Amino acid sequence: MAKQKNYGMVIDTRVCVACSACVYACKSENGVPEGYCRDWVVQETEGAYPKLRMENRSERCQHCENAPCVTYCPTGASHYAGDGTVQVNRYRCTGCKACLAACPYDARYVHPEGYVDKCSLCKHRLEQGLETACVSVCPTTSLNLVDFNEPEAKADEMMNGKEVYRQKEHAGTNPSLYWISASNKPGA
Amino acid sequence: MNMSHGQDMNRRDFIKISSLFLAGSAAMSTQIGRTFSGTGNALAGEHAEKVVHSFCEHCFWRCGIAAHVRDGRIYKITGSEHHPLSNGKLCPRGTGGIGQIYDPDRLAHPLIRERKGGQSTYRKATWDEAITLTAEKLYQIKEKYGPQAIAMLHHGYGYTFFKEMFKSFGVNKFAKPSFDFCCGPRHQGYILTYGHSAGTPEGIDIQNSKYVIFFGTHYGENMHNTAVQEISEGIRRGLKIVVFDPRFSTLAGKAEKWLPIKAGTDIAMMQAMMNVLITENLYDKQFVEENTVGFDELWAEVREMTPEKAAEITDIPAEDIRDVARRFASFAPSAAVHPGRRTQWYADGTQRVRCIAILNALVGNYKMPGGVVKYEKYKLPKAPHHHYPEFEKEIWSQYPLFTDIKPSNTMASHEVMQQTMNDEIKAWFVYGVNVPETVTLGRKATLEAIDKVDFLVAVDTLPMEVTGYADVVLPECTYLERYDDLDGGRPYRTPFVALRQPAVEPMFDSKPGNEIARMLADKLDLHGVFEDSVEEYLDKRLKAAGSSLEEVKKTGVLLGEPTDLYRKPGEKLTFKTPSGKIELASSKMREAGFSAVPKYIKHPEAPEGYYRILTGRKPMLTFGRTANNRFLNELPTARENDIWVNPEVAKQHGLTHGEYVHLKNQAGVVSEFPIRVKVTERIRKDAVYMVHGYGHYFKKLNWAYKRGASHNQLISQTEIDKAIGAVGFQNNFVTFIKEA
Repeated sequence: MAKQKNYGMVIDTRVCVACSACVYACKSENGVPEGYCRDWVVQETEGAYPKLRMENRSERCQHCENAPCVTYCPTGASHYAGDGTVQVNRYRCTGCKACLAACPYDARYVHPEGYVDKCSLCKHRLEQGLETACVSVCPTTSLNLVDFNEPEAKADEMMNGKEVYRQKEHAGTNPSLYWISASNKPGA
Repeated sequence: MNMSHGQDMNRRDFIKISSLFLAGSAAMSTQIGRTFSGTGNALAGEHAEKVVHSFCEHCFWRCGIAAHVRDGRIYKITGSEHHPLSNGKLCPRGTGGIGQIYDPDRLAHPLIRERKGGQSTYRKATWDEAITLTAEKLYQIKEKYGPQAIAMLHHGYGYTFFKEMFKSFGVNKFAKPSFDFCCGPRHQGYILTYGHSAGTPEGIDIQNSKYVIFFGTHYGENMHNTAVQEISEGIRRGLKIVVFDPRFSTLAGKAEKWLPIKAGTDIAMMQAMMNVLITENLYDKQFVEENTVGFDELWAEVREMTPEKAAEITDIPAEDIRDVARRFASFAPSAAVHPGRRTQWYADGTQRVRCIAILNALVGNYKMPGGVVKYEKYKLPKAPHHHYPEFEKEIWSQYPLFTDIKPSNTMASHEVMQQTMNDEIKAWFVYGVNVPETVTLGRKATLEAIDKVDFLVAVDTLPMEVTGYADVVLPECTYLERYDDLDGGRPYRTPFVALRQPAVEPMFDSKPGNEIARMLADKLDLHGVFEDSVEEYLDKRLKAAGSSLEEVKKTGVLLGEPTDLYRKPGEKLTFKTPSGKIELASSKMREAGFSAVPKYIKHPEAPEGYYRILTGRKPMLTFGRTANNRFLNELPTARENDIWVNPEVAKQHGLTHGEYVHLKNQAGVVSEFPIRVKVTERIRKDAVYMVHGYGHYFKKLNWAYKRGASHNQLISQTEIDKAIGAVGFQNNFVTFIKEA
């Protein structure tokens, strides 16, 4: 039997241009309703003219190993899927929004049909052996799908020798998204 | 038959197209469930998916796409893995094709302008009526004034069939506005220097480069899929980027050095870099001696432009200029200056591009890994066209270096405007280009020209503003519903021929351009212009290339052997210039009466309290073409344009971040719509920045109407490059009018 998967992402912000291709690809792949999105891009600039620094990021649910949304969900709709991802069973969801309040990453929204929705890491595609829609569209290859259980993890290769961070680690969520900082020198 | 000229048509009222003639959401839903029967793969199960490989039409890059069709409807578009320009990836606009095909504002029926009780209105017409009227009017105008009284203005890949039709009809005036301000100077500047164009994709081996300098081009904001892929790969491999730009662009955010150059001083900067390369003996002497002409003349021009002198002009410290020039030379030949896009800013765009070409030549990076490379085209035999009489060269552009080879366009679009004002041109055939918001002479001048036209036909998919001025509106189906000519003329690493094919059948009463052109040709009694069907034509062309339509339909591309990019040791280089060498001093410029080497000319400064308007784009939009695309415009970052203002300027004018202002230019023109202020450290104090393509006037573009401000409206001052006829409009300045 194949080893259990432990999916996550390594996101290389050095190359991201905040074009939002990931957002549109996700919307059409997952039929996300007008006015909502499961992923989004952030362009942050720091400093004062002319000494400026920029980081571009494509953000989404962090598929935490210790996910507050799962902890606080009263119905069990938010759950660990066993492959490293966190999923929402929309039929169990009552739309109470406890998870929206609990999520430190603001990754969830209430679908017009009444249930809570968020990035599924394209679970339906992973099951077919495909990458997520956002990863497969990304023109800069900033987005990388990884399986942390792979023995020679491509994740390590990508992150070795670089400044890498995770978001809001102090929240104790143990998120599955790793960010290669834009402050790394080219070719680092 | 009487011409109606001088009677009901000399005053061209703008007509608001009734929503009865547009697709509307009800009409949209009736389309769901219809399937296209022409392209094999009949739907088997209820939700079986059909994937059709074609190429995109959201910009000129024309990436390969895969349209995923379910239940007769395209539900998503992804990047084609077969096409070398997409490699399975796609920019947001490519994905956003679904927002174009399913736009409820689409033109649904042919329309004919009518006058009733002194008022112009449109009536719904049959195709036969619309084609008959168009053919009659064109015929009458040709009979009365000659074929030179008809011009076609176009943008987009479907125009080729109309061009064939017009050539056979004897009409040879073709213009595309994008030549005037975008591709013209770059194309000609490179041809004058190297004898070949910079190319799309650009011939820069960027993924293998160590150091690339950009002058004001906005990679990442202009999402040219392959280029962005290659730059990203370059960064992963260690590419260092330098950006000269008055604005901290997304690309500047990737750079080891952002140099906020004063707008309009690029030539001084590049001359100073040449000065450093030559003074400090950093240039590739052997390459220059063997492969270039005009070095002494160039040196005589740039010897006075020391980094100290350039520092005063450009506002960039002399040590930074030296540092960039030295690093450029130290990484050469794996270093390059990027040719950029949208290259006409002032009247000296061609010479500015030539500066870029010359800097590359000085470091000897031609056909070197990481340098300037020359891609090859797929050897696709020419279309089996019919022989036409020689082009009438006397009617071509009056600008001596507009073009010097058999042109795809014969004049600049502003010449069409001027000839219309002089009564030389009487009829416009407008294909896919929203003239009032596109022609570089600005909105006012363009509307004056439109008012003079006797007969105007517009072919479009949407009720763009120009359609409101047309006598006949011919609704074309979108690129996802039609065949077009093969995309086979472009050189790349892997030479290719790409096929555009329909993923679903044409919606409403719209038709493919190839069919509309054929109907016109038939009505005009032009024989032998087209094959019996477009499929037959494409099949013939592909068979001549050793394949067939049936074969290419499977993947949408025909691939050649990858180009051998690099120079062999001792290889003798030849260039298709008059001297056979790279022309640092251009003999053609000299012969035409211009300076053979680029000169720095000072451009006007902003009046007190005014700021130079710089323009650019957003990654998810292609100006007017996507303005009404609800899918693409849905994101808050896409919805409207902002005016970027430096914090000190904001303070001086009492502006706060997020407030709305009107803009007023130096000629007193006030923007029709207000624009939101973005206070940001990312821009110099002497300039403001806005994205072009917003602030649409036409209410029938339900989404685009009144969102943001129009940049074209604020162009009152233009400068024409006398060598090639390109138009610069960066000498326009604005101030702010606060909302009452």
